[in-house]
Amino acid sequence: MVADRVAAGLLGLGAAVGLAGAIAAVASPTAHGLAWPWALPWGRLVVAVDGISAAFLFPTLLVPALAAIYGVGYWPPQAHPESAVRVRVFLGLLAGAMTTLLIARDAVLFLMAFEVMTLSAFFLVTTEDGRSEVREAGWVYLAASHTSFLLLLAMFAALHALTGSFDLTAVAPGSIGLGARSVLFLLALVAFGIKAGVMPFHVWLPPAHASAPSHVSALMSGVLIKIGIYGIVRVLEMLPEPPVAWGVLLLLLGAASGIGGVAFAIAQHDIKRLLAYHSIENIGIIVMGIGLAVVGRATHVPLLVVLGLGAAVLHVWNHAIFKALLFLSAGVVVHATGTRDIDRMGGLGRALPWSSALFTLGAVAICGLPPLNGFVSELILYLGAFESLKLQEVRLGALVAPVLAVIGALACACFVKVVGSVFLGMPRDPTVRPGDEAGWSMRAPMVILASLCLVLGVVPVVAFPVLDVAVASWMGQTGARELPHLRDLLPFPAVGIAVAMVAAVAAGLAWVLMRAARGAQVVGTWDCGYARITSRMQYTGSSFGRTLVDLLRPILRPHRHDPVLAGAFPLRSAFRLHVGDVVFERWVLPLVERFADRCSRLRTRQALRIQMYIVYVVVATVGLLLFLIDVRELLRAAVFE
Amino acid sequence: MIRSLVLGSIVDAVLHVLVLLAVPPLLQGVIVKTKARFGGRVGAPVLQPYFDLAKLLRKEMVISRTTSWVFLAGPAVTLTATVSAALLLPFGGMSAPVHFAGDLVLFAYLLALGRFFTAAAALDTGSAFEGMGAAREVTFACLAEPAMFLGLLALVKLSGSLELSGMLAPGIGTAWGRAAPTMVMIVAGLFVIVLAENSRIPVDDPSTHLELTMIHEVMVLDHSGPALAAVLYGASIKLFAMGAILVQLVVPVALGSVLLDWGVFLAAMLAFAIVVGVVESCMARLRLLYVSNLLVGAGVITGFGLLLLLVG
Repeated sequence: MVADRVAAGLLGLGAAVGLAGAIAAVASPTAHGLAWPWALPWGRLVVAVDGISAAFLFPTLLVPALAAIYGVGYWPPQAHPESAVRVRVFLGLLAGAMTTLLIARDAVLFLMAFEVMTLSAFFLVTTEDGRSEVREAGWVYLAASHTSFLLLLAMFAALHALTGSFDLTAVAPGSIGLGARSVLFLLALVAFGIKAGVMPFHVWLPPAHASAPSHVSALMSGVLIKIGIYGIVRVLEMLPEPPVAWGVLLLLLGAASGIGGVAFAIAQHDIKRLLAYHSIENIGIIVMGIGLAVVGRATHVPLLVVLGLGAAVLHVWNHAIFKALLFLSAGVVVHATGTRDIDRMGGLGRALPWSSALFTLGAVAICGLPPLNGFVSELILYLGAFESLKLQEVRLGALVAPVLAVIGALACACFVKVVGSVFLGMPRDPTVRPGDEAGWSMRAPMVILASLCLVLGVVPVVAFPVLDVAVASWMGQTGARELPHLRDLLPFPAVGIAVAMVAAVAAGLAWVLMRAARGAQVVGTWDCGYARITSRMQYTGSSFGRTLVDLLRPILRPHRHDPVLAGAFPLRSAFRLHVGDVVFERWVLPLVERFADRCSRLRTRQALRIQMYIVYVVVATVGLLLFLIDVRELLRAAVFE
Repeated sequence: MIRSLVLGSIVDAVLHVLVLLAVPPLLQGVIVKTKARFGGRVGAPVLQPYFDLAKLLRKEMVISRTTSWVFLAGPAVTLTATVSAALLLPFGGMSAPVHFAGDLVLFAYLLALGRFFTAAAALDTGSAFEGMGAAREVTFACLAEPAMFLGLLALVKLSGSLELSGMLAPGIGTAWGRAAPTMVMIVAGLFVIVLAENSRIPVDDPSTHLELTMIHEVMVLDHSGPALAAVLYGASIKLFAMGAILVQLVVPVALGSVLLDWGVFLAAMLAFAIVVGVVESCMARLRLLYVSNLLVGAGVITGFGLLLLLVG
């Protein structure tokens, strides 16, 4: 299909042009802006690229282009005639809306881009709307996104009432009181927290990511939720002189999101839901970084600002890269096996050598292990945590270190489980036959992402100028002068190169062992003397995570079904462990249901005939016209002419 | 201010690497000897671990047909990661060959990298027992890691340094005067973590052959020949490295002479091995269910030590 290639190619071209622009903006960090006239009564059509926009533009341009190229092979029109066009149109629209949002300098334009983004993502999530769980995920996503939109509307309206402008620029210090600023901040935090999937506002995220086609999941997890992070960073830039309490709040939310996200991830059997919960975890890490930066700003410690925000923005990049890689390679697995259930897979490394190696690399990266990119941003965040030990006012930031350690160890456990039970060992379910390995159009984007993991892990210095510019632009005119530079703070590239050498030694040693193993006797696995080992005796993903799920019982509230063994000849029975989303099932759903109940009285005015609705529409339109038009003016004009 | 990477003097570095590569198996020999003496036996020679390694290197491998490249990458990555982590540690009052601000994070994460690949290699065999071991290993790590970081955080605060070479320098000795309770708690907590991370009693029994009860040994059931040698050698280096942290906290001696300092350090390391041997002789292995309690306890102790510092 030519049209298909052209669409992907155009998106790639657009990304290349945009990246060039972002690089130019970083190279000369004065405000680059454009303004056009527009016909709407509110707002202005103003766009500009500052350091923050530029830093977020890099992943936002890169990932959609790679996802589109992957989509050529993954969602071909031959296989999906009913939805191929829909996926391509909305993928491009989503990419465009996110880019517009990042460069918008006016609240009205920002909100319009936000809405286009939300709706195109909705149509992408519900691509396979023949399945009821997909529709359900889509509705939850739509409801959550519009809650977020309404909160933003309130926030910008309040900002307009206080400052008289819709500009997305820093408010003059002292012009708004602390109380009003805190209200604005809280509104923005919840609104963007929903978008970013910060726990406990994350309820839409796991089902939406699991239901969408895999390259769309990559796009959503890699970039879309980062728009929420951008929003939080942008609003913090606009509201000057943050109190320490905001930073503490962000630290607590980030820690809850980080630990909660990874805890729920361990309990999942669905590979895409599992990856979705890891996005919540990584968003938590990013929010902790922003929290440290706010604490640093409030206590006037520029070093802490640079480390905190630098770590946050670099982790935005890193997560976009390795999570996109993980979703794309998981897409190959789901496509090849026809299931998302980890417990039915096993031994896929043989049939899918490329995807298994690339997924393993992504897994090492997301666990924050050297020599890949995840390690670098976590290292910077650790340094920030150690730095906050020195503060006098608030030393809560130091606890970021043990929290990160818990998150890292749990993530490690979770990804050992995934890699082990999907790609290694023996196949678990004879009905699951692995299909074909990805073709080159799908493999190339994954290889690009994997090499980016390596490059940013070994020579992260290439990203430091962007981070420095972003931090400087976040601190504004006054604070930027005394900021230290990241490259002076961190032992890179020396450490990166040293670690890369270590990796090379490890590879060499592995090669030596493999040579030694060439003539080795090949036998069955040693199972302590038991010769007839079958795949049913293997540890499954569920059994692997069982002890941890048990330890985390107070958070996860698992539904456990133990096998029943009764009588001398017990019947067949199975062990099942299911963990639902506790926040959604216990809090959001009952709350929404009660609210809907209360609103049911309004429903009596709901006629079932279309004529009644037309009457409502007419009445509403006339009412609005009367409200907007000065009636006396109109009458006077009519009388005199 | 955070300083950049520093390479120590060449002689120190060479000496450091030689000690690191040569001495660790000796510790295992001393532990086994101590346990034998407690049991009223003569025991194997102290150098037995070296003989074992030499024997394994000469043997041929037997490999399961279920396995893939991950199975052999496991020992290779783990050994390399452990050695490079140990290169970040100071020995005998000397700075480490490689040290920079924040190297403690790299130290912990290199060990985690080793754990990732050891556990993945275990799952590669498809064996129920090895899956069990891998699950336990990563589960207990989730409890040990935060405890270790709480302890390291307290050391950062006490020493004012972000480098392991500064945190474990002889200067830390003054902390015993300034903040004795915190130091006691950190050492106690870290001792438990060292035992747990290295699969010693009371968490795991390295000499047992009842596969159901084990953690580390059961993960490497299928490795043989040179691969098993790499696993065992890596494990001994890990014990040596983590023991060195404890030893330098408890015996923060700087006599001024390089030879004397190394002598004191090595003697203290042997004493550490004897202590581990004594603990193993006097205690039984805990039931697996209680291991998590023990590790949480270690975390609480180190956390409380840190809290004392921050409040006091």
